[in-house]
Amino acid sequence: MPILWLRVALAFYALGLLYALLALVRTTGLLNRIALPAMALGMVFHFVSLTETVLSSGLLTLASVHHAESLLALLAMVAVMIVYLVYHTTSPGIVIFPLVFVLTFASATHQQPFLVNSPGVLSGWLMAHIALIFAGYAALFLSFSASLLYLIQERRLKSKRPGAISRLPALQQIDEIGYRSLLLGFPFMTLGLIAGMVVAEATFGHLDFLDPKILLSSLMWLVYMIMLYTRWNAGWRGRRAAYLAAGAFVAALIAWSANYYSAIHKVVQS
Amino acid sequence: MTFQLIGVNHKSAPVEVRERLNIPESRLPHALESLLRHAGVDEGLILCTCNRVEVLAHSQNGHADLRGFLREYFRSEPDTYEAYLYEFREREAIRHLFRVAASLDSMVVGEPQILGQVKEAYAVARAAGAVHSHLDYLLTRAFAVAKRIRTETSIGASAVSVASVAVDLAKKIFGSLAGKHVYLVGAGKMSELAARHLLAHGAASIFVANRTHERAVYLADKFHGEAILFEQLYDTCDRADIVITSTGAPHAIFRREHGELFLSRRKNRPMFFIDIAVPRDVDPEMNKMDGIFVYDIDDLQQAATSHLSDRKQEAARAEDIINLEVDRFHERLQTLTVTPTIVSLQDQLETIRQAEIDRVRGRLGQLSPEQELAIDALTRGIVNKIMHTPVATLKSAAKESEATAVVDVVRRIFNLKEEKQRTNKHKGKESQDEPSDPVFDLGLDIGKDR
Repeated sequence: MPILWLRVALAFYALGLLYALLALVRTTGLLNRIALPAMALGMVFHFVSLTETVLSSGLLTLASVHHAESLLALLAMVAVMIVYLVYHTTSPGIVIFPLVFVLTFASATHQQPFLVNSPGVLSGWLMAHIALIFAGYAALFLSFSASLLYLIQERRLKSKRPGAISRLPALQQIDEIGYRSLLLGFPFMTLGLIAGMVVAEATFGHLDFLDPKILLSSLMWLVYMIMLYTRWNAGWRGRRAAYLAAGAFVAALIAWSANYYSAIHKVVQS
Repeated sequence: MTFQLIGVNHKSAPVEVRERLNIPESRLPHALESLLRHAGVDEGLILCTCNRVEVLAHSQNGHADLRGFLREYFRSEPDTYEAYLYEFREREAIRHLFRVAASLDSMVVGEPQILGQVKEAYAVARAAGAVHSHLDYLLTRAFAVAKRIRTETSIGASAVSVASVAVDLAKKIFGSLAGKHVYLVGAGKMSELAARHLLAHGAASIFVANRTHERAVYLADKFHGEAILFEQLYDTCDRADIVITSTGAPHAIFRREHGELFLSRRKNRPMFFIDIAVPRDVDPEMNKMDGIFVYDIDDLQQAATSHLSDRKQEAARAEDIINLEVDRFHERLQTLTVTPTIVSLQDQLETIRQAEIDRVRGRLGQLSPEQELAIDALTRGIVNKIMHTPVATLKSAAKESEATAVVDVVRRIFNLKEEKQRTNKHKGKESQDEPSDPVFDLGLDIGKDR
């Protein structure tokens, strides 16, 4: 049943994808009006799907890669909705919606639950680890998407074809969305990593800092911190901030991919 | 008798070319003087705004070489601007002037500033003695047409001035203008207007720097802002989010190194430069820097064209009025060539009639008032009948190109002298059908000159 709800959600997210693809090219009146309600509906089904999964097979099934992707997609959607409620713009969706679609798609088509096979795992800490890290990821996605939008808007303003500009939010607003999501995401990311270390230590009795997952996660955290620092100290934005955000995003992807060859995260693999 | 107009505007020429042809206000009288010295020019007017440089001339006979005037005055390579010039004669020149004054040719169609600028150019030319009969009438008419268009169409009602386009752009960069600071560099009318708009949309405060510090103080007081010595411009400019420059400096006053300085002091918070000066005050290179946005007067025009489409209909109505007014003006202008002849014909026949009555009056003896009236009516009738065909012919010829030939024939047939001594007392006669029309006043003035 959860898989069905997830696929319904996917269908709604497809509209968001379409909106994102067309939004930058031209004004899409109808799509504009239905994209947000469609995504909200998608979120409802998505939430139902995730809840059912958790209820039917226990909290820890979330530790399967595909459920994790599903959770991440939902959190990213929550971030977009928060931005919408605060700033009344769906523009970050232009970048986030396709991501959400891809994540949900992966999750909805490759349903093969991996159950945690380590009995020594501290389920509370693991849950905290996953939820916090994913919230951090969602914030990072949002910041990255804001950086891209900033670049697009900046380019349009500089190219002096204001007809094309009018649909995106003001430059400073995009900048604020990116910065705030970065700020908000940092404690989540940090606490999530700490929780992960607690879990790892409890499971293995020690922390192996040379393990790819830990190494790459630390690297990602470092890039994240550099981003925040340059932003806060030198006010880096625009092109340079976008490069950094892209860097952090890539670091996050690599850290994620480490799941496939890390000894530690093997705990959640079959 | 021809009107001629030559010039460049924001549509025909890029800002670099307009910069080259720009004549500063202080040198306008001198320029007018050399224009009047030019062969063929007997009246002249120079309109110089940030969007256009136009030379309007009237030549009594033959053609004035306005291109020659530009070459001589600017002493620069004609290749650098000649390709951008437009040139109009007669009807087209009249139409162009009407359109300019009515703000139909403006960067931002319907903006009200241009009429004031034309009036100013007119005042300067008048003061320099470069405008009298013909151009005077043309300009007066242009002002009336502009006023008519403003009242009869709503083209000015939704007029988006350069200033409000600037506000729109600022909002696209900063979101809200609340808490944003505006820096006026150069205290011209345009920047004052832009500042007023920005403040009305929530900008927090205004700094003013001007080469003449008194003017900066005056403007700063007006907006409850802060006047800053021009020497401290670079030290203080980073405090502003929006910089509006309109100085008369011949070279850019803001260059890349200044931009870098400002950005590092501002922690890379974006800055918006609105450059309404011609020649430009801000080096276009600065627009390539991260976080600095530079819009010059041409860019604002592009931004404004998006508003233009909304008012296409009103603009079309305004164009209709222009066409009508050009026809009317041109028609009256042409009757000017025949009016003196018609008047002298009337004079001539009236003189003959009076002389003949006086000659036979003695032989008729005592007459009753009724008989006096009858004689008067009889002679008047004959004169009018005789006069009817030549006058009608003259009037219809006025609309054709053959007017001068017909005038010549009529003068020879009726043995009309070249009238030099005519006075204004005759003016009522011919203008009975259009008694209050100023053109006939003018027509008689012109007749006097011949």
